[in-house]
Amino acid sequence: MREITLSQAVNEALAEEMRRDETVFIIGEDVAEAGTPFKVLSGLVEEFGTARVVDTPIAEPGFMGLAVGAAMTGTRPVVDLMFGDFLFLVMDQLCNQAAKTHYMSGGKLTVPLVLRTNLGATRRSAAQHSQSLHALVAHIPGLKVALPSSALEAKGLLKTAIRDDNPVVIFEDKLMYNDKAPVPEGEVLIPFGQANVKREGRDITLIGTSSMVQVCEAAAGILSAEGIEAEVIDPRTIVPLDEATLLASARKTSRVIVVDEGHQSYGITGEIAARINERAFYHLDAPVLRMGAMDVPVPFSPALEDITVPTPEGVAENARRLVRGEMIHAA
Amino acid sequence: MAEARTNTEDYLRMYRQMVRIRTFEDNANQLYLSAKMPGLTHMYSGEEAVAVGICEALKVADKITSTHRGHGHCVAKGAAFREMFCELLGKEEGYCRGKGGSMHIADQSNGNLGANAIVGGSMGIATGSAFTARMLGRDDVTVCFFGDGATAQGLMYEVMNMAALWKLPVIYACENNGYSEYTRTDEIAAGSITARAEAFGIEAHQVDGQDVLAVNALTQDLVARARRGEGPFFIELMTYRYHGHHVGDINREYYRAKAEEQEWKETRDPITRFRGWLVEEGIASEDEIEAMNEEIRADAKAAVDYALAAKYPDTSEVDMHVYKGVTHALA
Repeated sequence: MREITLSQAVNEALAEEMRRDETVFIIGEDVAEAGTPFKVLSGLVEEFGTARVVDTPIAEPGFMGLAVGAAMTGTRPVVDLMFGDFLFLVMDQLCNQAAKTHYMSGGKLTVPLVLRTNLGATRRSAAQHSQSLHALVAHIPGLKVALPSSALEAKGLLKTAIRDDNPVVIFEDKLMYNDKAPVPEGEVLIPFGQANVKREGRDITLIGTSSMVQVCEAAAGILSAEGIEAEVIDPRTIVPLDEATLLASARKTSRVIVVDEGHQSYGITGEIAARINERAFYHLDAPVLRMGAMDVPVPFSPALEDITVPTPEGVAENARRLVRGEMIHAA
Repeated sequence: MAEARTNTEDYLRMYRQMVRIRTFEDNANQLYLSAKMPGLTHMYSGEEAVAVGICEALKVADKITSTHRGHGHCVAKGAAFREMFCELLGKEEGYCRGKGGSMHIADQSNGNLGANAIVGGSMGIATGSAFTARMLGRDDVTVCFFGDGATAQGLMYEVMNMAALWKLPVIYACENNGYSEYTRTDEIAAGSITARAEAFGIEAHQVDGQDVLAVNALTQDLVARARRGEGPFFIELMTYRYHGHHVGDINREYYRAKAEEQEWKETRDPITRFRGWLVEEGIASEDEIEAMNEEIRADAKAAVDYALAAKYPDTSEVDMHVYKGVTHALA
């Protein structure tokens, strides 16, 4: 099968959906001729023109709000938010308007909108261009949240998101834009709420999201060499969340680590751990462990930044201790 | 003659709509004072000529966005009393199935994109609606209603900039009722409000918001021009809020003198003024007007009685309409 980069996958998904549905358009800062700073959208304005690949002023709340109104009236905007950190700028339009319009109107109005943005540290971009803020929006009912972990998911989840009649936020890992993965030619649609078992194992379950899926896979490789077989699961969407697959794995292996690049406190890892505790407690041989980003603003210095995010070695070490029956946070 | 007759019908409909708004609000206030209405509501009384003068210049396909003080816009854009009172009381037959209430009330089928409880929160939505019209080649126009208080929000300037750059068919209608919640407008607004729109090259007008014919004539002209691609436009409508910020804001002499309220009611009431004009011009007799008023009062009473007796939504509706396409979000 051919391999393409995550960036190409996003570009293909957008081009295919824009060809299929003339109400789909892209809006954001430097999306047209510049193709975004990451060059993810290069070539789209040449095919679809500036009427559908719309460069805006640097006004995130403005173009976000405009997209909400456009979505309510018959178009399908794909909003490009240059950095995930800028979510804080668009929170009212996303969380008070887009997320609640369908509910507040008793189901009469819909907001079929996609917000594409990114996450991920270790790019030496410091505290305002490195955050992984998906937990913020996953907290808000009415939004769906997708976390592609490779080019395949980036394409399949984005195409599904564009066809969804609800506001969907997709976080791409900005460090993975040039990573290649096999993506079949032709239609690729990945349904929401279906986790992907990336690797089967009997001893421990590693649940990873987005960038942390490859971290979990690398950890599983390390562990396998030591005779510990880890199961690696990628939820792919955290809203909706495929609880059944996660719970089945927890019941099978009886040990779980949840790894996510958002801050550890009050985050995705805690939510998934709690659900497993609530619904698979008697199948567990160890506490469900959370591994998120360190609860500090992301530092600039490489010496500091690199220790703020989970690594394969760190995940493998925690897995070993859980499998050995060591209480990591013993009283 | 034909044109004169059409005008007569238009005038009488404008009068009727203004009285319907006042009557709706009087009933809503009574429901609050008699503790029959859950929560609070914000009265539109005194500002009727704004909503009616503008909405009578619109077609059904034209869109509006409304505010927390939105009953007047809702009535003026064609809503029925029964569904409105049901919504006010949180009943299943309300326009939003009781999920929106007073602050989100809207008859969506008549182009009302919702009342917004975030001050200034709908400016992006209105601009986006106009964006849809332009992108899909429709000729509908969107009117964005907001108060003087909302002119302090940054979103307004972001979207006016885009609307002006892209010549969108949107009319920003600033209802300047002199008070930003509990604060005089001259204490929160520096300089001129219309000049703010003019800074973006947007043609701005100030009009007597108590004169329904002046509002209607101006809006008809601007709507026609907006349909031809000459938008956007800005109107500052000088008006007055008879009640407090909300129905519970009763003792308000610390920020507004009773004498001032009295003066507006006695000398500038939009309904009294227009009624006098109708009689003077021989368009309607006092008897005909009284009969119309009585009919509207009876309609309102019947709708209130109906809504009081109507049923609440079944509790199973609580997780419906969270997501389009998902019957029960928590199932």
